Amino acid sequence: MAENPPTTERAPRQPENAPDADSITTDAPLPEGPDRRDPQDVSELFRSRLHLLQSVPGALQHLFNEDVTGANVDPLVFYVAPLISVTIALMACTVLPLGPALQIANLNIGLFFILGIGSLGVYGAVLGGRATMRSLAQFVSWATVVALALISALLLSGSLSMKEIVQAQLDQGQWFICYVPVGFLIYFVGSMAESHPAGFDLPETDSGIVASYVAENRTNVTGFRGELHVLAEYANLIIVAGLAATVFLGGWLRPLASYRDRFPGTSVELLDVLPAIAMGAIAVYCFRLAAKQPARNRRLAATSAGCFCVIGALALAGALFAPGRVMQGVHGAFWFIAKVGAYIYCFRWIRSRTSGFRFEQSMRLVWRILIPLAFVNLATAAVAILASQDTGLPMRFTTILSTLVTLGAAAWFTKHQSTERAAPILDGE
Amino acid sequence: MLNSVLFYFFAALAVGSALVMITRRNILHAALFLVMSLLATAGTFLQLQAEFLFIVQIFLFAGGITALFVLAIMLVKPRVPEPATPFTKRRLMVTGAALVFTAQVLFAIVAGHSSLRLAARQLDIAPRNAEAVGDALFHSFIVSFEVASVLLLVAMIGAVLMARRGRNAFD
Amino acid sequence: MLSIEHYLILSLALLIVGVVGMLTRRNAIIVLMSTELMLNAVNINLIAFSRLHGSVDGQVFAIFVMTAAAAEAAVGLGIILAFFRNHKTVDAGEVDALKW
Repeated sequence: MAENPPTTERAPRQPENAPDADSITTDAPLPEGPDRRDPQDVSELFRSRLHLLQSVPGALQHLFNEDVTGANVDPLVFYVAPLISVTIALMACTVLPLGPALQIANLNIGLFFILGIGSLGVYGAVLGGRATMRSLAQFVSWATVVALALISALLLSGSLSMKEIVQAQLDQGQWFICYVPVGFLIYFVGSMAESHPAGFDLPETDSGIVASYVAENRTNVTGFRGELHVLAEYANLIIVAGLAATVFLGGWLRPLASYRDRFPGTSVELLDVLPAIAMGAIAVYCFRLAAKQPARNRRLAATSAGCFCVIGALALAGALFAPGRVMQGVHGAFWFIAKVGAYIYCFRWIRSRTSGFRFEQSMRLVWRILIPLAFVNLATAAVAILASQDTGLPMRFTTILSTLVTLGAAAWFTKHQSTERAAPILDGE
Repeated sequence: MLNSVLFYFFAALAVGSALVMITRRNILHAALFLVMSLLATAGTFLQLQAEFLFIVQIFLFAGGITALFVLAIMLVKPRVPEPATPFTKRRLMVTGAALVFTAQVLFAIVAGHSSLRLAARQLDIAPRNAEAVGDALFHSFIVSFEVASVLLLVAMIGAVLMARRGRNAFD
Repeated sequence: MLSIEHYLILSLALLIVGVVGMLTRRNAIIVLMSTELMLNAVNINLIAFSRLHGSVDGQVFAIFVMTAAAAEAAVGLGIILAFFRNHKTVDAGEVDALKW
């Protein structure tokens, strides 16, 4: 009787240099040498470190997939849900300021507008596929966390208008992340849960399963309708990053925006040459990458990216000598996009390194740790503002004290968790 | 001119979706049409230069209360849409009473025509509406504000107690 | 040229639709939704008059109306769910335990 081969040998072997869609986690390009194979489709052509350009052909390919829907699906609900998600995501982009004058609508209630419109996203999420109670509960809980974290920065600016929030950061000479870092961290965790709720609702935790970013656990992401879901997800990501950049990271402001020393004899400020130098460095990197590519189309893509960066560097350098508004607009847009990019980078990096939570774990995290911590953060930030106004101490000093108090409260909350199991929730599945 | 067009658009949307809502047999559809009606009235709020109320309407009514309704509908989970109710005498009486009431209010509006003119002067509520509402809430209406928060707390406790399983809801 | 009558008539229309919906439908959840419609109509009225007089008092009152609406919806839905758990129906005609 033949023995069953051991399990490890029965599973098919993955090629060692298997292409990986996420280039910031592995450096694996398409395999060379004996495992070399032709790219299977358009999206594979652009894989490897030129991962940036992969989304476009991937999305186009997705459009022509067959639309798989359930038999008993309710057409009104099922086809309207992705429309709701996309509309909300795009509407929220109207108040994000790329520059002092580069804003589609400077609403008096800008921040509140994004939160309010985002609360309508519950319909896109709930009605979109699996309309379960868990997704609704998750959405409401994490939206509360995000709103509370943003309010702590709102205290510092005194206005809901996005433009005035950035202006307040300019006037106070400090990004708000330095005043309420705990608030920023709470917002970061909340935004991770908001834009990728499936990662916080795993049926069981399994650190061996690192889910891919899009379309995990979902079979309804097909065809044009599913494409809208994906678009809404990416747009949502940009919105939370844009919100963080505006409220916590100074929006269109350059780092050290109030340091205004100029080059002698000109009206160019010292630190304003940084964007042009940065774009030039990226262009040099792209050209060096292009020289190393074996395949012609990848070389072409790298060269075109390098040319794009060169044009950007020239535009940024040229804007230094342009009238004030143009210079503010171009540089402001650069800094805003850079901050959004950095935020998304950290986001995906951390998301790829951590495993998700079970539903009860994430609910416990929200209601027992994050929301009490957000309230403590709010209270200490308010005390810090009042203290600095009344006693004349600088804000940097009082907010350091308030941050220490909040961190102490965080340690207390995490340590004093009762071990009882949460009561079973009503399951609407 | 654009103002009038927008008003008629939002008004038609609000009343139309309200009418559709009360005639739907599938309650999930009815909830979605309620959301549409609430969003249309939020549009009319914005036209009346009440920016803060506009966003609170979306946040609270459309994004909160109706989400609560959707949650309750999912719990109730009707498998089949309910049968259409027949046209009874009750419906006739209700419609008649509604028409009489409408006529009365229309008469009141028309009769008071001369004294109801929208103020033409520049209003203080518009430019910094959120700040103005916040000022009023925390200076003039602070007691009502605190009572409203107590009301919400009581409602939350009551709803949790109501919805708990089992008979030991009053332990 | 918009005048306040436009908003008053809109508010009246929504109120009437809410009243008819509440009195005609048998499903308790739809009755509650009609209640929300009526409260919404009242809000339009309040805000229109607030605009007429140029003060924010009407808007503040509208906020309180919304608060009361939220509280009432939560408790009302809790009652409906408790009723549903016992009787397995949300038909308002079935709520007759206190009828003689």
